[in-house]
Amino acid sequence: MEPVVSFREAVCLLGRFPALAGVDLDVGAGEIVLLQGPNGAGKTTVLRACAGLVPVVEGSASVLGVDLRTDPKAVRHRVGLLGHHSGLYDDLTVADNVSFWTRAGRAGASDARAAMARLGLDGRLADVPVARLSAGQRRRTSLAVMVARRPELWLLDEPHAALDQDGRDVVDGLMVEAVASGATVVFVSHEPDRAAAVAHRTVTIAGGMTAAQDPRSGAPVASAPDGDGPDPDLPDPDVSDPDVSDPVGEVVA
Amino acid sequence: MTALFRPDPDGTSSRGSRMYGYALLPAVLLFLAVALFISPPDSGPDASENSMGELVRIMYVHVPVAVACYTAFFVTAAASVLYLVRKTEGWDTLAAASAEVGVVFTVLTLATGSIWGHIAWGTWWEWDPRLTSTLLMLVVYVGYLALRRAVIDPVVRAKRAAVVGLVAFANVPIVHYSVDWWRGIHQPATISRLDPTIDGMKLFALMFGMIVALAVYGWLMIHRFRLQFAENQLEAKGLDLALTERRAEASAGSLAAPKGAS
Amino acid sequence: MTLARDAVLVLEKDMRLELRSRVIVSQVMPFGLLVLILFAFALDPDRRILGEATPGLFWLAVLFSTLLALQRSFAVEAADGVTDGLRLSGLDPAGIFLGKAAGIAVHLLALEVVLIVGATLFYGTAPEGPLLLIATCLAATAGLAAVGSIYGILSAGMRVRDTLLPLLVLPVVSPVLISATQAFGAAYEQSSGTGWRWFGLLAVFAVLYLVIGIFAFETLLEES
Repeated sequence: MEPVVSFREAVCLLGRFPALAGVDLDVGAGEIVLLQGPNGAGKTTVLRACAGLVPVVEGSASVLGVDLRTDPKAVRHRVGLLGHHSGLYDDLTVADNVSFWTRAGRAGASDARAAMARLGLDGRLADVPVARLSAGQRRRTSLAVMVARRPELWLLDEPHAALDQDGRDVVDGLMVEAVASGATVVFVSHEPDRAAAVAHRTVTIAGGMTAAQDPRSGAPVASAPDGDGPDPDLPDPDVSDPDVSDPVGEVVA
Repeated sequence: MTALFRPDPDGTSSRGSRMYGYALLPAVLLFLAVALFISPPDSGPDASENSMGELVRIMYVHVPVAVACYTAFFVTAAASVLYLVRKTEGWDTLAAASAEVGVVFTVLTLATGSIWGHIAWGTWWEWDPRLTSTLLMLVVYVGYLALRRAVIDPVVRAKRAAVVGLVAFANVPIVHYSVDWWRGIHQPATISRLDPTIDGMKLFALMFGMIVALAVYGWLMIHRFRLQFAENQLEAKGLDLALTERRAEASAGSLAAPKGAS
Repeated sequence: MTLARDAVLVLEKDMRLELRSRVIVSQVMPFGLLVLILFAFALDPDRRILGEATPGLFWLAVLFSTLLALQRSFAVEAADGVTDGLRLSGLDPAGIFLGKAAGIAVHLLALEVVLIVGATLFYGTAPEGPLLLIATCLAATAGLAAVGSIYGILSAGMRVRDTLLPLLVLPVVSPVLISATQAFGAAYEQSSGTGWRWFGLLAVFAVLYLVIGIFAFETLLEES
């Protein structure tokens, strides 16, 4: 089966700085992969390159079957990126924002409503301008946009940051649900304990290169379809588990 | 043949461009002699009533540098289009070099026009349609160069500059018509209107001037382009170095990774 | 079809943004009126200069207000990762361009109505040819919005955008200032003969830059 992400010696420039100096990365369909490494290692750039936002200038790279060196734009509307920035209009309300970005992504109003409910934004918060939200509430709004758009590849840059305990559990639940519904997740986290509990495996990035790709066997796998949070007690070493891989097979083909 | 055009390792000239320059210098001097002394003044028995007398001589400089500045901006626009189609750095370099040289020629056009105006009208600046549209064109291309300075990423800069280079040139005819209609009502006589019964020697001086001005443009372009090309190469060399440094950081970083990851 | 759909979506979003923030109504429109008043201070109001110069002063006030409206309109697109959101959204770039330009045009038309009333009040000159007046406003505004959207997105993410934008926009739109002023002059004097020729130039300008924007916006929306 074709991998969702496949980087070989990928080099990306930010201005004249080689943020990625030769990254090898393989992510199979239905995996939850954690990227870790020191600050400035290039983890965020890996995510942005996967989203087709940073051009790959050397090596080879493909995401969801799209060659990033020839047509990076083709992959953009199929991925979801949660970055350090919220990607929200400050003067619009939570409901306005979710509605605009959901409609921009060709998803329906019911998706937007369901996503807001899932992130606990359907009550009083819905009509509050984003400028008046706390950092954690903004994060929830950005996540709601992402959930509503149903991307095939989730790219999350420190998704746990700024969230309270409940919010973190929701994020972990969302990742597991995303994979269960056929998507793939790559995320960056600086909280090894929580992240390792959700991730199937870990890839270490340092100095713009892949320092280590853990073998798949033995990686802990979360299974919490009800979304109540991760359950690290059920190891599932094989990601090509039929439950996970079948729906993805259609997506990639 | 290739040795003739290979630039020196420590400069922007080649044997060929030096020969070009040596040929250009006497040509410029000869042109100035023709324009300022040898050609006859615009007067005499067959001259029309709005003849320019000795003042016609500045036309031989003004019109050629104006032609060179329009040529330069046309080259910028064409190179911008080619960059957008091909996405190769060379076209962007060409567009940038030509815009810069073009701005120099535009300033010369305005300066000679202003001198002409001072003698003919008694003021350094009149809102003559041609001069006005040239002035606007100058400001547009100064903006183009300012944009190039403001963007650091070479690919972003090339793309944005290419669009502006194209927009700026598309603007030239619109500015021309609007200014022409605007001032045309008030002032029919413009600086570039040469007598239709231009005689042989005047025509020769004008044509000679155009060839010389375009040749000077070409000579400046060779050096400006090669300078930019050398700078690009220097930056590319810096990129190799940066990649090596970055990779060294990786091997050093992987030892420190467990600590840094938390 | 997606082009029109995306343009309407972006326009709707910008209208909602103005409805919630009221930046154009509470800041840009008062600024436009302020410029009209400052012209009266600069030019002695008793010597009939204001009356004769009304068309030019009106369009200068529009031009300066356009710069503010542009900075506002594209500051919201550059803030907090929104540009990335637009790139990832799947929206047609040409649709985004048309939506942004339409939003700016709506704001500018509202501003022009306020300024015409203001000029009538402060300068004591009432327009005569309503058809030419409206046509000129529409064509000039379309041109300003198209050029403004091209340069607005181009400079949106840059640190020097506030200083660079006027330098880039003003020379390019100077034909609009000339043509709209002449057309307004004809409309105010009821001699609309040459006025329609100027309207023609404004229309050509608007169409030219709308076409350039439709094709160039994808390139300009790119970070690289």
